[in-house]
Amino acid sequence: MERLDGNAIGGVLAEIFGTEMTVAVGVCGSCGTTGQMAEMHVYVRAPGIVARCPGCESVLVKIVQSERRTWLDFSGLRTMQIDATPPPAAGR
Amino acid sequence: MAGAAVLGRLTWLVAKVVGVAAETARVRTIVLDVPGWPGHRAGQHLDVRLTAEDGYQAQRSYSIASPPGEPLSITVEELDDGEVSPYLTRELREGDEIEVRGPIGGYFVWEPGGKDPLLLVAGGSGIVPLMAMVRHRAATGDRTPTRLVYSSRRIDEVLYAGELEELESRGDGLEVAVTLTREQPPGWNGYARRVDTELMREVAWAPEQHPAVFICGSTGFVEAAAGALVALGHDPLGIKTERFGATGGG
Repeated sequence: MERLDGNAIGGVLAEIFGTEMTVAVGVCGSCGTTGQMAEMHVYVRAPGIVARCPGCESVLVKIVQSERRTWLDFSGLRTMQIDATPPPAAGR
Repeated sequence: MAGAAVLGRLTWLVAKVVGVAAETARVRTIVLDVPGWPGHRAGQHLDVRLTAEDGYQAQRSYSIASPPGEPLSITVEELDDGEVSPYLTRELREGDEIEVRGPIGGYFVWEPGGKDPLLLVAGGSGIVPLMAMVRHRAATGDRTPTRLVYSSRRIDEVLYAGELEELESRGDGLEVAVTLTREQPPGWNGYARRVDTELMREVAWAPEQHPAVFICGSTGFVEAAAGALVALGHDPLGIKTERFGATGGG
């Protein structure tokens, strides 16, 4: 199955969190690797989205969406830091 | 706080197709007019959602090809097993409406005015977000020394060829190196091998110059290009990558 990266789920994450998330910084609960969400290894052909640590391949995030609900498991992340003011868009 | 969050929330917007242009046999640029579009930065992407008559919906991400300040456009490659891209590349007509949301991404984004040289590495249609950066650089008069390494299978699959040639000929610090990995036309004097350590040693900036690096392409391409740069001594933290695949871009 083809591996993508966290850029590919930027839209889904923004939908859930209401803000730009590819630059949010996460810490892997297994190995402590610290990085931006864009750097996660992402698989989207599973029944849902699975994102793994680029350092140790532990599962960091699972997201399953249907028309009626979104199910989230972020338990693989020790912490996540989200900037209060993402950089503004520059012009149209 | 709540108000700001609601304002910033990503919502689906109706996009009207105001132009379509063939780039190659399988690639098309689509120009969109999106009332309410908040603007974007070079390197960002958007999500496209199509809804069938029976209500079935499919959505995919596409890189924005246009620079900030110009009419919004995406460049879409048709994938053989694609669910969305064949509709976009074959069926969509001027005047049609689709749904989009964005802009998305704050990581794979370039802003003019940096002090370090810029290295852009594209594999196939991975050129699209990098082209937005090259166009933004040109539009803003930015003079950041910039090298674009663009790997394509064959000459007729090279996107934006004429425009890249024109931009490079301006002599404002943009250098373009195209490598054709599968087939080269007679008299080809560009590169003819895959992006590897050897090629990167020749065309990339030296690690000591601390270039800002953006690599976009298939997962395999991105890993090879990033691996080659790291092997040459480039700082992994200076390398930003974006991988696409059939699922991300189909």
